[in-house]
Amino acid sequence: MMALLETHGLTAFYGDFQALFGVDVSLHEGETVAIIGANGAGKSTLMRSISGVIANARDAIRFEGDAIGDLPAAKVVARGIAMVPEGRKLFASLSVEENLLMGRYGRKVDGPWSLGSVYELFPILEERRDQPSTSLSGGQQQMVAIGRALMSNPRVLLCDEISLGLAPVVIRDIYAAFPRIKDSGASIIIVEQDIGQAMKVADRVYCMMEGRVTLEGRAGDLGRDAIHAAYFGAVS
Amino acid sequence: MNWLDTILQGVLLGGLYALFAAGLSLVFGIMRLVNLAHGDLIVVAAFLILVLVTGLGLNPFLAALVALPVMFAAGWALQYFILNRTLGEDILPPLLVTFGLSIVIQNALLEGFSADSRRVPAGSLETMSLPLGPVTVGVMPLLTFLSAVAVIIVLNQIFYRTALGRAFRATSDDMVTAGLMGVEPKRIFAAATGIAMVVVTIAALYLGTRANFDPTIGPARLIYAFEAVIIGGLGSLWGTLLGGIIIGVAQTVGAAINPEWQILAGHVAFLVVLLVRPRGLFPRAID
Repeated sequence: MMALLETHGLTAFYGDFQALFGVDVSLHEGETVAIIGANGAGKSTLMRSISGVIANARDAIRFEGDAIGDLPAAKVVARGIAMVPEGRKLFASLSVEENLLMGRYGRKVDGPWSLGSVYELFPILEERRDQPSTSLSGGQQQMVAIGRALMSNPRVLLCDEISLGLAPVVIRDIYAAFPRIKDSGASIIIVEQDIGQAMKVADRVYCMMEGRVTLEGRAGDLGRDAIHAAYFGAVS
Repeated sequence: MNWLDTILQGVLLGGLYALFAAGLSLVFGIMRLVNLAHGDLIVVAAFLILVLVTGLGLNPFLAALVALPVMFAAGWALQYFILNRTLGEDILPPLLVTFGLSIVIQNALLEGFSADSRRVPAGSLETMSLPLGPVTVGVMPLLTFLSAVAVIIVLNQIFYRTALGRAFRATSDDMVTAGLMGVEPKRIFAAATGIAMVVVTIAALYLGTRANFDPTIGPARLIYAFEAVIIGGLGSLWGTLLGGIIIGVAQTVGAAINPEWQILAGHVAFLVVLLVRPRGLFPRAID
């Protein structure tokens, strides 16, 4: 089966600093893939490359068979790849509802997600719809960021570090929404430092270290020692 | 001396300054671009209206209506093809480029129209007036002020009630994340400058019908526009109207005391506001 989204020999640079060294990952239709790794492993760079924030070689990223590596972010989201950026990145001068509506700006396609269904998924957001997005708690802001990405009815949802800085109970609430996001037909890539959470929600896992994929496998098949070695580079 | 009349004339004059300033405020609010050619673009629009009035025999208001889409397109292209290239971390390139543009425009207008003072003829409207209780107001100053209020209402509606306005604010907040939403900042900026040029054309209609103009008066209009924007607080359109009114009232009151003080009084009012409220009267909460 052809992958929905795949990277092939993906490299990325920040100026002279090379952040990715030939990364190959793939995502199949309906699948949830987790990318784990320590700080500085290149996980976020990978997400920013796929979403078009960082430009890459055209052939390094393929979506539905098309080379999209050199497309700008606006064109990538129009094709159906939406991102929940690291740090949530809500628009500070927009209300909660306006933030959600921005998610529809570049891709207005019919699908399961609309203001109504996002509010059904995260009911607290409906109560807060007219408040400034900055007045929300961290967990609620994360819900807005996820809802905003869903508003484009994406085929692929990229979630970058959605548990960062949140309390465990809040993280659990947010991950409780994932089965319904999956059922809506989106394929998902999550980037996580929280390995336990990642293993629970994902079908497959990639572990990254220093800009390379060091381990890949089905979530159930990977032993803790193997992950430990791939994560920290320790010899077990 | 009739103080009520003096202040009312000042308020109405403030409408003209608010029209000069609204486009500047819009562009700065969205892309942090200070357009030093803004005043000269008002003069360009005034000459365009003049040509349509004298060449085709159009009524000035009809001529302005014809000029609106032309100026929108010119603003869109100016931003998309030239000014977008100057935007970035460094704030100097846009200043240098728009400063150069200002000189180019002035000299091109001098070549084309000579240095003679011109005026757009508006027929009997020029001298018409309405009695309002104890005072009498000119129809043109009143129309100017009402147009300024209408422009600010419409701009606020666009800004806060439309998808384009959301995209303006989102892009101003965070360009990279706006891109993730499908916003192409270059097009958003081009649309903003296009809209600013529509406001410029409306300002030019009143500039050209109320007073004489020549190719070199742009920079002086730019100063009033800057002062109105700063007094009101960056990013607040109603603040810009209030800033225009403060300068207008200061000028008419100054002129009523001593005609030599007219221009100076406006600038002094600006400095006083800066001393008391350095961020303007209605600064945006988030910057």
